[in-house]
Amino acid sequence: MEMQEVLFYAIMAFTIFSAVIVAFANKLIHSAFALLFTFVGFAGLYIYLSADFLAVTQIIIYVGGILVLILFGVLMTQDIYDVKAIAAHNPLLLSLGGGAFTAIIIAVLISKKPWFTLLNKEFAPTTATIGKLILYEYLLPFEIASILLLGALIGAVYLARAEDKDK
Amino acid sequence: MITLALYIWLLPLLAFTIQIFLGKRLPRKGDWVSVSAIGISFALSLILFIRMLSNYSPDFQVTASVPWINIGQFKIDMGIYIDNFAIVMLMVVTTVSFLVHVYSIGYMAGDPLYNRFFAYLSLFSFSMLGLVLFDNLFGIFVMWELVGICSYLLIGYYFEKDSAANAGKKAFITNRIGDFGFLLGLLVVFTAIGSFNLSDVYQGVAQGKLSGGLLTAAGILLFCGAIGKSAQFPLHVWLPDAMEGPTPVSALIHAATMVAAGVYLVARISFMLSFDAMLVVAYIGGFTALFAATIAITQNDIKRVLAYSTISQLGYMIMAMGVGAYSAGFFHLVTHAMFKAGLFLGSGSVIHAMHHAMEKTNVHEDPNDIRLMGGFKNKMPATYITFLVFTLAISGIPFFSGFLSKDAILGGTLAFAMSQSNPVHYLLPFFGFTAAIITAFYMFRVVIKTFYGEPKRPDLYEHIHESPKVMTVPLMVLASLSIFIFYTLPSFNPISAEQGWYEQLIEKPASAVSAQLGYPVLEISEQIEHSAHVNGMMISILFALTGIALAFLFYFWKKVDVEALTEKIKPLYTLSYHKYFFDELYNATVVKGLLAWNNLLAWFDSNVIDGIVNGSAFIMRHFSSFTGKFDLGFIDGLVNAVGDLTQDVGQSVRKIQTGQVQYYILGALAGLVLIIVTVLI
Amino acid sequence: MNSIIPYLIVGAIVFVLGIFTIVYKKNAVGILMGVELVLNSVNINFIAFAKFVDTGIHGQIISIFVIILAAAEAAIALAIILNIYRMKATVDVTQLNKMKH
Repeated sequence: MEMQEVLFYAIMAFTIFSAVIVAFANKLIHSAFALLFTFVGFAGLYIYLSADFLAVTQIIIYVGGILVLILFGVLMTQDIYDVKAIAAHNPLLLSLGGGAFTAIIIAVLISKKPWFTLLNKEFAPTTATIGKLILYEYLLPFEIASILLLGALIGAVYLARAEDKDK
Repeated sequence: MITLALYIWLLPLLAFTIQIFLGKRLPRKGDWVSVSAIGISFALSLILFIRMLSNYSPDFQVTASVPWINIGQFKIDMGIYIDNFAIVMLMVVTTVSFLVHVYSIGYMAGDPLYNRFFAYLSLFSFSMLGLVLFDNLFGIFVMWELVGICSYLLIGYYFEKDSAANAGKKAFITNRIGDFGFLLGLLVVFTAIGSFNLSDVYQGVAQGKLSGGLLTAAGILLFCGAIGKSAQFPLHVWLPDAMEGPTPVSALIHAATMVAAGVYLVARISFMLSFDAMLVVAYIGGFTALFAATIAITQNDIKRVLAYSTISQLGYMIMAMGVGAYSAGFFHLVTHAMFKAGLFLGSGSVIHAMHHAMEKTNVHEDPNDIRLMGGFKNKMPATYITFLVFTLAISGIPFFSGFLSKDAILGGTLAFAMSQSNPVHYLLPFFGFTAAIITAFYMFRVVIKTFYGEPKRPDLYEHIHESPKVMTVPLMVLASLSIFIFYTLPSFNPISAEQGWYEQLIEKPASAVSAQLGYPVLEISEQIEHSAHVNGMMISILFALTGIALAFLFYFWKKVDVEALTEKIKPLYTLSYHKYFFDELYNATVVKGLLAWNNLLAWFDSNVIDGIVNGSAFIMRHFSSFTGKFDLGFIDGLVNAVGDLTQDVGQSVRKIQTGQVQYYILGALAGLVLIIVTVLI
Repeated sequence: MNSIIPYLIVGAIVFVLGIFTIVYKKNAVGILMGVELVLNSVNINFIAFAKFVDTGIHGQIISIFVIILAAAEAAIALAIILNIYRMKATVDVTQLNKMKH
């Protein structure tokens, strides 16, 4: 096995392992940090998929943005030293059932679907292509997304501030 | 060219839209929006006009159209048709409209509904320009109704006054009678020819698809629209009352442009007038010219005199159309638009001054009454001089525009009478010349009573002031446009426009009826025409001077005692003063008749119809009470059973609804698994 | 690593784990984490197909939009969670059953 391949399977295992911790950790703060590693792991996999731009985006937005938000959420909504708040979970078996259902669906789909003949493109930088695509072919969705983000920004600020007025 | 015309047409519409929605919030209440829109339209029309002059070709025309309604065989195209005729009309409309817009800034200053006034003016300009530009009768009809609406809105502009609101209604309803004829005419034309497009109609008539009595009927029916809009006898009654509107409106709509639309329409459809239809047109026009002039002599409201004078002048134009002197009639439309708009704006200036004087002195009398004026020429020099120019023009004095066009009409009328074997047709020139002398007389009566002599009311006279520049400058522009030179260029002959651009560029439209019949509908030889023009010119100058001299004798030098004369011919005076009792006549016949008919219908309604309705109600009630019992017993029982069942089932099922989203997700997943497993395995 | 299958397997496992997390956690923030896992697993599928199936890279563009939506969703969701916490002093979704009654 080449070095690259070893690394690939290591990252894969690392990603799945972190995701398992996210799912099963008792303390929410542990889940949050495990989520960080899952995201980083995904970024690593993206690089193997020759999606360099997306890997960077993944790090910046998910790790730098969304995860920080989630951490804030955890810290602000819960007293982490409060023992009662820990392990507030639904019945494990029931939840495993949910996972099982999903697994069944995916298993059935994978087993039934005749997969495409695959090509394997060479590694190539994609940033320029993405830029062109966004500004030509996907211009309208791109603009709509920007409006959506603006709306989300205003909405989030409004929602988070609303309580202050009452106090 | 077409784009230019579209800009000319649509800019006022844009201004209207802005004004009606935003006018109040704009600085200066947005008057500049309307004024600049019509200003640009005016500039663009000027470009078209200059292009027309540089082409100098009488056959010039451009058309463009798009399909508007297209259902199988039924097709209507909407398009624009530009020829010299339309360009001159565009020029007239935009010029007068622009000047009136500017003038209104001064006249309407401080009005509470200032912005709405300008919005209406813009809407009017838009509709009037559309009327000029459309290439088909249907489009013209649409715009025709739109100008009618604008006229209604603007006459009733001071709607808190009952008289203004009623005048608006009167104008609208009277016009509807004429427009009904117009609509019928449209239907006749469309049924026979299958198109509204003017050139298609021309072809249709030339090929004989519409001929004989039906053609005459179509012509007269279309002319009915013109009778209403141009206030011809017997539908003239609305125009004097329309003077309730603000004076700029009277100048723009009820003197220069909208009322002239009737003349424009007749000119546009002149190719399909048969000889009989032309006679109807000519006699109605000629009679109206004389009839309205005789009323104007005795009126004391300055605007009413002008209104009757407008009716009379429109009669001239219509008469010219009827005797086949189309270009002369249209020429009079152009010159009349300038000097009559000027007369109205001048009278507006006087009224404006009177109004302010009355406010200052706390006098509550009619500011329009010429009996309260006198000697204003010293106080209002600009208004006086321009008013005098307009009066000379309308009286038909050489060196002024009115002379050229009026002379052309009178010459044309005389030529018509001379070319016909029936001597009765000499009535038409008689109408024309008599009206000319009376016109000169009553116009100078107004001038003398307003501007000369001693002030009748020194208390008011003290406070009379010249109007602001924004009002006098339009007057001066219109006054200069009433000089002969603008119409006789490139020649400088003050007594004939024959070599002028107008006569060179505007040709008599070819008659489709002649093409259908194979011989000319109306043939007037060169020789007759020439002698008629020479004679007509002599007579009309003589008559105009006589009329002026009479006016001075009566009212300035007071050689004749007016009061005594009035007493002597009391019955005639009363007839004229009360406008031949037409309002009363219509009130007694049409209005009362309609009311009686309405009462009859009301009686029929309350007795016969109501009886039937009540009877059926009685039957229905009994039937209902039976079905009601059936409902209560049987149907309700069924419904209750279903309801109870549902409630029981609901009670047992609601326990599943825990309100916890995660269980719902589980449920959804389970369902999905079920579907996928059954479908795919 | 030169086949699409490992990526699809990672995607599938993380997806299942994400759904499991959504159902298992009572804490609203925990549920949000589950949603993020699901979104990421979808993303990797898109990108994998972009590399191995599509001749262009349209899958990557879709992923970018998914990331944008995720960011917006996270911001709004956390704002709502904060509000709920202020009002009810809890973020336990089992307690938030006011709509049930």
